[in-house]
Amino acid sequence: MSAVLCLTEWDGAAVADASLQALSFAAALAGTDGGVTAVAFSAASAAGPAAPDAELLGDVLGGYGVTEVCIVRADELAGYAPAAWARSLEQLVAAGGVTAVVAAATDHGSEVLAHLGAMTGLPVAANCVSAQPAEPGSWQLVRQRWAGSVLEDAVLAAPCALLTVAADALAAASPVHDGAPRPVVRSFTPALTAADLAVQATESAEQSSGASLATARVVVGGGRGVGGPDGFAALEELAGLLGGVLGVSRVVTSQGWRPHRQQVGQTGTKISPELYLACGISGAIQHMAGCLSARHIVAVNTDADAPIIAHAEYAVIGDVNEVVPALIAAIRARGMLSEISRI
Amino acid sequence: MDILVCVKRVPMVGGKVVITADGQDVDTRMSGFTVSPHEECAVEEAVRITEREGGTVTVLTLGPPEATDQLRDMLALGAHRGVLLETDSREWGPVATSAAIVAAVGELGPTPFPLILVGNEAADTGGYQVGIRLAHALGRPCVTGIKRLEVAGGVLRAAREYRGAQEMFEVALPAVVSVKEGINLPRYPSLPGRLRAKRAEITVLRPQWQADGLRKTGLRVPEGSARRAQVLGHGAEAVPALMDVLGDLGVLPSGAASSGMAPSGARSGGDGAAV
Repeated sequence: MSAVLCLTEWDGAAVADASLQALSFAAALAGTDGGVTAVAFSAASAAGPAAPDAELLGDVLGGYGVTEVCIVRADELAGYAPAAWARSLEQLVAAGGVTAVVAAATDHGSEVLAHLGAMTGLPVAANCVSAQPAEPGSWQLVRQRWAGSVLEDAVLAAPCALLTVAADALAAASPVHDGAPRPVVRSFTPALTAADLAVQATESAEQSSGASLATARVVVGGGRGVGGPDGFAALEELAGLLGGVLGVSRVVTSQGWRPHRQQVGQTGTKISPELYLACGISGAIQHMAGCLSARHIVAVNTDADAPIIAHAEYAVIGDVNEVVPALIAAIRARGMLSEISRI
Repeated sequence: MDILVCVKRVPMVGGKVVITADGQDVDTRMSGFTVSPHEECAVEEAVRITEREGGTVTVLTLGPPEATDQLRDMLALGAHRGVLLETDSREWGPVATSAAIVAAVGELGPTPFPLILVGNEAADTGGYQVGIRLAHALGRPCVTGIKRLEVAGGVLRAAREYRGAQEMFEVALPAVVSVKEGINLPRYPSLPGRLRAKRAEITVLRPQWQADGLRKTGLRVPEGSARRAQVLGHGAEAVPALMDVLGDLGVLPSGAASSGMAPSGARSGGDGAAV
């Protein structure tokens, strides 16, 4: 029986969505006669990431095709420690029978698998969207390049496949194995060296500034077409009226018009709003990579042939600095009309 | 402190990626080349550190002879020395690339480069591995995705964002750090910088390629991304139609969306209308 290990990240009080997608990916890879082991790390101290609840993991993960939950514990592990996590996976692989190790292509997942690749000398295929076992020791892969704007077909030949999963490119994971047996829960204590523990994160209470952009329901985007640093006040006002936040393209941050934390794109924040209203943004692939998960895109652009028009659902052909103030006025007028009608 | 920064030459793609007829590469006949964005910031960060603390910045790239253009761009930002690991047309994976850099670090002389900076991931291949593989081969710790870096007294303090929180790291040098765009805003090269870069001598080494088990069979552009937006109108005249769309999506302020006073000609409330 082939076993696939899947790094399972904990997000507050639940399994991270990206990890659920990685687990579904791992289950498909393991096939019907294989098993999936969800590997979760438990921090010894309260300062680290919240400890995964073995009971809860068992309850939830059976439905995702997980046959075993492995909780990794070590006294030295206080927080996220990429090399130590990879060392633990290496020892689990060395125990035998493991054909693949899978992780979501998050910063943590990508980092831990790269360490595992370096420790074992194995190749790592990053940002996979599909993987099919071919002959033993060989897999047919499709993986993303250019943050998803290009797909690479590839063949991986290795004693054990190390794969990260481009979770945001896959459909949301949902439990598929109704009434599946509860996974076996076990714990594992790795043997760690000082070098494995040289890098260990402490988490600051300070909230990162990009968080609201990543989770906003509405994002109003501004690009080169805004014309300069002064034009963004109107976009912020519009974002406020729509209950959203401002996001900008890379050219805007490269020019220093707005801070980098507001950048939407391959090298900025990835957003997944209900509405992305992209104003004066041409739609370079570096930008589109950051808004692939937007549910609806509406573009305002002077150029009817701009690439963004091919990605948007609706478009207004026009100058941002004319359309946005008119839109703000219309929203305010409707608000007042509604006040009057209530009287 | 002497700092090594590894950069990658990547095509400057705009709105659309075109794949070559043989399906093996991105067509670059119509595009220029640039340094992958995270790495340009790595060079800027290194230059700032040496401006404060003294030392030198060596910029290294692995690529074709034309990649000297990118080395000169980075020398113009203030780096002191350029090293080209010259390759043939084959694609070098993370295993081969990091092995070549490790060999070069040995060949570049007694300088141990207490700090090696790389970009978090290359814009094109996005492998997330070269810095980490390099660190393991050199027996050094590695921190990745860094957006804030302080180096003092042989210790580096670094921070990055993860899931809305700040993760902080403290590591003794020598170390490898991968940075992300946003750690700084790279300067525009000065004219004297450009002139110096033009004249600078580039060290050329020719490393040995090696297979790493992951073999590209072809590239393609994902299907289904070619639709066209419905044009709502031109300029401010399109605003009423835009208001209808926003109303249907349920994003207008509740007073406006629930007014029931939409002007005639507006479509009736869609599925997504806010209540």
